[in-house]
Amino acid sequence: MANRIVIDPITRIEGHLRIEAALDGSNKITQAYSSGTMVRGIEIILRGRDPREAWAFAQRACGVCTTVHSFASIRSVEDALGIKIPKAANLIRNLMIAQQYVHDHVMHFYHLHALDWVDVVSCLKANPAQTSAIQQKISSWPNSSPAYFAGIKQRVQSIVDSGQLSIFANAYWGHPAYKLPPEVNLLAVAHYLEALDWQKDAVKIHTIFGGKNPHPNFVVGGVPMPIDLNSDTALNANRLSIISDSIDKMVDFVDQVYLPDLLAIAPYYLEYGSLGEGLGNFLTWGEFPGEDNSDTSKFLVPRAVILNKDLKNIQQPDPRDFQRMQEFVAHSWYNYGGGDQAGLHPWQGETAFNYTGPKPPYDYLNVDQKYSWLKSPRWAETPMEVGPLARVLAMYAGGHAQTKELVDTILKTLNVPLTAVFSTLGRTAARAVETKVFADAMRTYYNDLIAEIKAGDTSTFNGDKWEPSTWPSRAQGFGFMEAPRGALGHWIVISNGKIENYQMVVPTTWNGSPRDHKGQAGAYEASLVGTTLAKPEWPLEILRTIHSFDPCMACAIHMVDAKGNDLGEVATGLSVCVS
Amino acid sequence: MAEASRKVVLGLGNLLNRDEGLGVQALKVLDAQLGPHPEVELLDGGVLGLNLLMIVEECSHLLILDAVNAGEPVGTIVELAKEQIPLYTGIKLSEHQITFQEVLGLANMRGKLPQYLHLVGIQPEDLSIGLELSPTVTASLPQMIERARARLLDWHIIKAQEE
Repeated sequence: MANRIVIDPITRIEGHLRIEAALDGSNKITQAYSSGTMVRGIEIILRGRDPREAWAFAQRACGVCTTVHSFASIRSVEDALGIKIPKAANLIRNLMIAQQYVHDHVMHFYHLHALDWVDVVSCLKANPAQTSAIQQKISSWPNSSPAYFAGIKQRVQSIVDSGQLSIFANAYWGHPAYKLPPEVNLLAVAHYLEALDWQKDAVKIHTIFGGKNPHPNFVVGGVPMPIDLNSDTALNANRLSIISDSIDKMVDFVDQVYLPDLLAIAPYYLEYGSLGEGLGNFLTWGEFPGEDNSDTSKFLVPRAVILNKDLKNIQQPDPRDFQRMQEFVAHSWYNYGGGDQAGLHPWQGETAFNYTGPKPPYDYLNVDQKYSWLKSPRWAETPMEVGPLARVLAMYAGGHAQTKELVDTILKTLNVPLTAVFSTLGRTAARAVETKVFADAMRTYYNDLIAEIKAGDTSTFNGDKWEPSTWPSRAQGFGFMEAPRGALGHWIVISNGKIENYQMVVPTTWNGSPRDHKGQAGAYEASLVGTTLAKPEWPLEILRTIHSFDPCMACAIHMVDAKGNDLGEVATGLSVCVS
Repeated sequence: MAEASRKVVLGLGNLLNRDEGLGVQALKVLDAQLGPHPEVELLDGGVLGLNLLMIVEECSHLLILDAVNAGEPVGTIVELAKEQIPLYTGIKLSEHQITFQEVLGLANMRGKLPQYLHLVGIQPEDLSIGLELSPTVTASLPQMIERARARLLDWHIIKAQEE
């Protein structure tokens, strides 16, 4: 390392999710506060621009969320202008969205979340023959021989020897809260490495449909790539076969690796089936339209609000409801013209910065005042959790057969009651359940697309309202998108062909929101209360629960013990995104 | 396994934070200057994280254009040779936190770092919200492009202009 100079190429997007937690005498969390320490200015950048180009700016907000912001943006414009997209275009969008889920969730599980549960160093003590036996018992995945796992073990050994272990991101090796036997740790590490290769096949769908790599193209009114089986530049037979092959590889990995691993790891952490519950209120905007974005009755994931864990009384939220869909800024660094106790619907949304926090670096935020750059979105003045658990509950309550079967099978296998889904473990399992549902749905969408093409319906773009001269002088629209980490909405107001107002309410704002005008905690804040830390200076338990939400921001955790002593900032990260 | 043979110039950064996006802005200028260039791919990597791993590992030659915080006066051109680029990895708290150095770190761990790797950047001045580069960085951009072209010449990827 003698050659290395200390230089820090700018880490992508700066900003943090900051968690401040107060502990009692037994290191149990009594209060938690979540703060976004980066301001987002996309709304300001979009004002006055051509609505048809908004997606190209919105997608730059984050490197992981390019697709979801692009879709939410073009849907908001289509909604405002009453544009219906062709059937084939809808199927292609569904395929792209499903791919995004499978890709994102698998990488989240192996690349980020698994390391909260898997002690990489421990796998050096594993007996590869026993890992092989476990693998062969849980699935028919071909990479299962003792020699294969011995090879992985050796690779990890060489990584440890070379001092590169930090590549595995987590620094808490040896923490007493790690419970897996070395053999299961080795299994998970092998799949961590395999997932990196797997994702190369998984991204092919986006490369093809987007027509451009690495940033795909999007278009208001459909999808940018035409279908022509005999053309080199269009969606042709060869490209369709690559897509089909890619779907197979994704489904295989989910069936043979991801789901079996979840079930192999979960039994060691069943206490997380009663930790991390949080709010018990859930919201989804719904996803995977049947044909038409406006017909929510044909969505695969229903548009739903669940209150107090009551799966029998599902409401359908209306994103146009000025009284119920509101954002509050009582504890956020913004000013509202009508006073900071008010709630504003996103179409009336205001983005006026008002930083009143301490000058960095600082020890604590003043949580009695404003303490976050995130606003507090609320449904009917009630805080909501969004994400995989919300979606799985919406599908489960809506009677989706495959979801019900998967959830019930997992509960039975782990021998836990249905109430265990309202937890850190439940959130993590829900992510795997919907990955399976959406991976299988890809095959259906693909077959439907082929049938559509065979029937001669190859239109992928509706240009009827492309020209601003065809638009009304004023229009407002809502673009939904169930991003992998939860309900995303873009609200647009178009005036004389330009964007007059644009507001995004992103999943991490729902989940990571600060307290609101009524003092009600956001989802992260609520979920941490009651969790006991084995070693407060290594707050692994907090990471497990926060990661189970799949936050879109790097996170810094700050803790105060029972006597008010600052335990210091124990973890920092450097980048952030806004979905 | 396919041999790593792609020759890529990769512009990195967030276009929404002024100088943060200078790598992508520089890429556009270079693209216009080079004219048709079948011998080298110019790719806009934006702030994509792990999705860039595939591209990195397929490269024999990779030239990175990026904003670099080297503690130099703003506008200073910064060049890093392969062995000087920190293959940074650290505690990671969000999947979104994957930095490009971590992508390089992963490629290195997998034994797939491009044989030829080089970075040309500028010390940024202004990372606030906005689409325009700062005046200082704008003034340095031609020099950055020049250095990038010199590197491509050195790698025998492009030929010297005749005029």
